[in-house]
Amino acid sequence: MKRELPLFLTAVIGIFMILSFFVPHQLVSVPADFLQQCAVIMVAFGYVLGGANVLRVNFDGIYKQKPGWIYKIVLVVALIATVVVGAVEGPGFLNPGTRSKWIYDNIYSNMSATMFALLAFFIASAAFRAFRIRTAEAGLLAVAALIVMLGRVPLSNALTGWLPEWARLQTVQEWIMEFPQNAAKRAILMGAALGVMATGLRVILGLERSYLSGED
Amino acid sequence: MRACGVPAPAPAPAAPPGVTAALVAVLFLGLIVTAAVAAPPEPPSGLVWQDVPNDAGRAVMLEWKPSPADSARRVTAYVLERATAPGGPWTFVDSVTADKHEKKDQGVRRNTEYYYRVTASGPDGLTPALSVTGPVMAKSEWFNRTRWSVLVAIAMFFAFVLWFISQAQAGKKPFVRRIPGIDAIEEAVGRATEMGRGVLFVPGIRDINDIQTVAGLVILESVARLTAKYETPITVPVTYPIPFTIAEEMVKGGYLHAGRADQYDPNSVRFISPEQFAYVAAVTGIMLRERPAAHIFMGAFYAESLLLAETGFATGAIQVAATANVHQLPFFVVACDYTLIGEELYAASAYLSGDPKLVGSLKGGDLLKIAAIIVVVVGCVLESGHIHWLTQWMVTQ
Repeated sequence: MKRELPLFLTAVIGIFMILSFFVPHQLVSVPADFLQQCAVIMVAFGYVLGGANVLRVNFDGIYKQKPGWIYKIVLVVALIATVVVGAVEGPGFLNPGTRSKWIYDNIYSNMSATMFALLAFFIASAAFRAFRIRTAEAGLLAVAALIVMLGRVPLSNALTGWLPEWARLQTVQEWIMEFPQNAAKRAILMGAALGVMATGLRVILGLERSYLSGED
Repeated sequence: MRACGVPAPAPAPAAPPGVTAALVAVLFLGLIVTAAVAAPPEPPSGLVWQDVPNDAGRAVMLEWKPSPADSARRVTAYVLERATAPGGPWTFVDSVTADKHEKKDQGVRRNTEYYYRVTASGPDGLTPALSVTGPVMAKSEWFNRTRWSVLVAIAMFFAFVLWFISQAQAGKKPFVRRIPGIDAIEEAVGRATEMGRGVLFVPGIRDINDIQTVAGLVILESVARLTAKYETPITVPVTYPIPFTIAEEMVKGGYLHAGRADQYDPNSVRFISPEQFAYVAAVTGIMLRERPAAHIFMGAFYAESLLLAETGFATGAIQVAATANVHQLPFFVVACDYTLIGEELYAASAYLSGDPKLVGSLKGGDLLKIAAIIVVVVGCVLESGHIHWLTQWMVTQ
């Protein structure tokens, strides 16, 4: 019963949600909306479990003085301070002028932007490795990348502006992006969409049941 | 003695009587034109409504003819109002710019009669409405007729999969090609074991409503079995609370299936944060501090894919990645040792389990792929012959 009931609920709700995609009538759409709202409420409860896990893992690390434990103290203090400030300020805690808004604007946003900015350096190092020509395929990739990058900047006009229209870098890069690149991308997307359907069907039919628990 | 000051102006010469009359006439006409321009624009006309088809009865489409003042650019916006009685009281619905003459009202209640009116607004005011349209009632429909093509595809897919599953149950195990990226997972766990270090499993950054997260978490169970078998620690940082609780179950289940339930570490699955870059900071911190020897990325990834994979590359860990997000695949291909592309992510759990029923579902997908290729080719031929019914049939709303 511990496994059968969740499997039954998954199957019934899964099929009902598929039905709601085709049947817009209120007898189906209203319960479907209700189920989605229930999911939002469940997620809210889930955050309590998540918060408890954060505290447990980090208190454990501080207690055992694991590497970097000092940063765990910073994390726990920041977590508690942010929650307390938000709770004291109540609804509208992110309105202009609130302390929560100050924390968001002056601490969180800056740190987030810093992490994102690192991407520029990582792209440079990854591109350096990607364009090393070791095989014929890697050579093809490097040439295609060079054409696309050059074809998208004004320099391409200076280099190939005197050539006929079809031979200009801008035209060639447009062709690469429009046909080979798009065809490959759409093939991957179509395959992935079928994979989504297959996974969904496996879950709904109860074939994929490992997510329930460890017991058979 | 004369007082100092500004000299008095010389008297103007008297205008002839005809010129004075003309000036007065021009001034009078000017006043009339100014009065006409200053008036609010004329009202729009011909307000008609239509129930939005294929919906749950929550929307009405309204169209009107523009105000005559529209061509003179004296209308800045059209204001739409509704009421439950022809005489009001009127409630503001929305306003649209002067170049638009239709509006979908998506805030109506089912089985309720409404009356609508539209007014034109300009720099000189708001015109009174010309007429009231109604009663208007949105209807709830039983079937969205634009989704027939999806229904047919899903029915075909279900039929294919169920047929292959029945074949598998009858003892005919379908063939599945080798997927090196999935085979590499055991190699990665084995390498981590040899080095005496852990395994890091990242199930993407999306919530459980993204099927990629589901696929990633299902693979986690198999990976946890391997780590339990080899007695290698596993760390699973998770972004959202529901995947977090499922990931805990998966890892517990993996250890239980491997017969090592006592070795399960409750701190192995960690809730981090749904915030993208906070998550990146935490995971890269784990990579650099704890130095896992194997990184497995399975799920939905966005801008953080390269940040994670490049940091992992710098630590020298063996890396296996899988995502169906096309734009992130190049980053993983560059920075990881093995990358599962698109649908391979969804095939991984069936491949790893070897269960004929699960593998049967993969074969069903393959058959539908053949059907999709046939439809694409037929569609190209028909479109080239200016026959559009297939393309139109496949458009959904």
